[in-house]
Amino acid sequence: MFRRSFLGFAAAGLLALGLAGPAAAQEDFIVVQSTTSTQNSGLFDHILPIFTDKTGIEVRVVAVGTGQAIKNAANGDGDVLFVHAKPAEEKFVADGQGVSRSDVMYNDFVIVGPPADPAGVAGMSDAVAALTMIAETEAPFASRGDDSGTHKAELGLWAEAGVDVGAASGGWYRETGSGMGATLNTGTGMGAYIMTDRATWISFGNKGDYQIAIEGDEKMFNQYGIILVNPEKHPNVKADLGQQFVDWVLSDEGQEAIASYKVDGQQLFFPNAQ
Amino acid sequence: MESFSAIMAEALGLILSGDPDVIEIIVLSLRVTLSAVAVACLIGFPLGATVGAFRFPLRAGVIVVMNTMMGLPPVVVGLLVYLMLSAAGPLGVLGLLYSPTAMVIAQTILVTPIVAALSRQVIEDLYNEYSEQFTSLGVGPLDRVLALLWDARYSLLTVALAGFGRAVAEVGAVIIVGGNINHVTRVMTTTIALETSKGNLQLALALGMILLTIAVIVNGLLMAIRGTAARAAYV
Repeated sequence: MFRRSFLGFAAAGLLALGLAGPAAAQEDFIVVQSTTSTQNSGLFDHILPIFTDKTGIEVRVVAVGTGQAIKNAANGDGDVLFVHAKPAEEKFVADGQGVSRSDVMYNDFVIVGPPADPAGVAGMSDAVAALTMIAETEAPFASRGDDSGTHKAELGLWAEAGVDVGAASGGWYRETGSGMGATLNTGTGMGAYIMTDRATWISFGNKGDYQIAIEGDEKMFNQYGIILVNPEKHPNVKADLGQQFVDWVLSDEGQEAIASYKVDGQQLFFPNAQ
Repeated sequence: MESFSAIMAEALGLILSGDPDVIEIIVLSLRVTLSAVAVACLIGFPLGATVGAFRFPLRAGVIVVMNTMMGLPPVVVGLLVYLMLSAAGPLGVLGLLYSPTAMVIAQTILVTPIVAALSRQVIEDLYNEYSEQFTSLGVGPLDRVLALLWDARYSLLTVALAGFGRAVAEVGAVIIVGGNINHVTRVMTTTIALETSKGNLQLALALGMILLTIAVIVNGLLMAIRGTAARAAYV
């Protein structure tokens, strides 16, 4: 009797499993390792359906920081890498992990700050000078601190300003170790200056009374690149499908799709494929 | 910041609108979580009952390990499963990374110790009550375990609910192994994390309300089943 009852219990469990069923699998899909800025800004929601309608290839986007995206792709966990840290991307290709790198589009970084502007940098366009002033006044600055493309660009600017942010970490320089959105949520909460890509900032929904303080420095240029993960190194890479996606993004049609994406009437990304 | 009632209204609107994206996310959440809990129970109940009903060398050590593993950090489990399922990992050939199956695996690892450790305690208490009877009736080991599991079934339902609570609320593991891919591996918790990072705090909180509501419904349903079954047993 015990056995029969117990078997009933187990059968119910198995039934629940059966109902769960296997994942509805679509064969023609690729995995793109990309960054939070492209996803959070809504760019992918705008351009991917156009590509999928045309080719029937589903594009699955894993949106993480550029550093993590590159590491995931180096493990072979993705067919295409679509990120924004040119030196790291070139190293990825030089290491044989990627086939080749192409410029896709650009926008720029901006530094946003509270209306009180404690460092007196609002309206400046010289990023290095502005960061020097922030460091001198020890006004709070929230950094990604996560090895992302934005973080790498920010560290480059600090290095140029000759500021040792490692020494200030935990004081006025605060590393959140999180994505762009989380860092904006945290930074605006603590009245800190924050460097962000313009696309994420424009589409960010929790700006509060924050405004762009520093913009227009050509050093804050933000270039995105696309790379097919090397199928010779990673045999599971869907080279054919991945190449189709790369070719489309770089084609006139793909570039126009990127240019036509606007939030609040503002264009977020500017295509510049060669 | 929006008022609480506005957030509740948005949550209600989200459900009533029947937005297919929201429905899809809710269904996937339940599918992943219930699958993980079912597998965890299939493993955890017999394991917990065996440890609870028998005395063997190093038993105290096993119990300590089981109890400790109830506190496994989801992010660590997510990383371990990622390393196993990654194309560069030992199970990479299965191609399971960034699929709902990978999420079920990660959550099963999180939930199984909870089910096993709690059911061990439940079964052990019951065993202390039954042991003399078992001995006098000459009940064999397998029948002992099955009898204990059967008689403890209502308590074990609560154990399963504890596992469900852990799995349905968890975000750290599923976001790593699932990748939060739209229409493929996006569940309630990863959507809440995503909307929070977009600064859409009201939408994120509204989704949180829906998640809580679902948990209430699941708990209520199981309680109803339990009540009906218990009444039926005394007819």
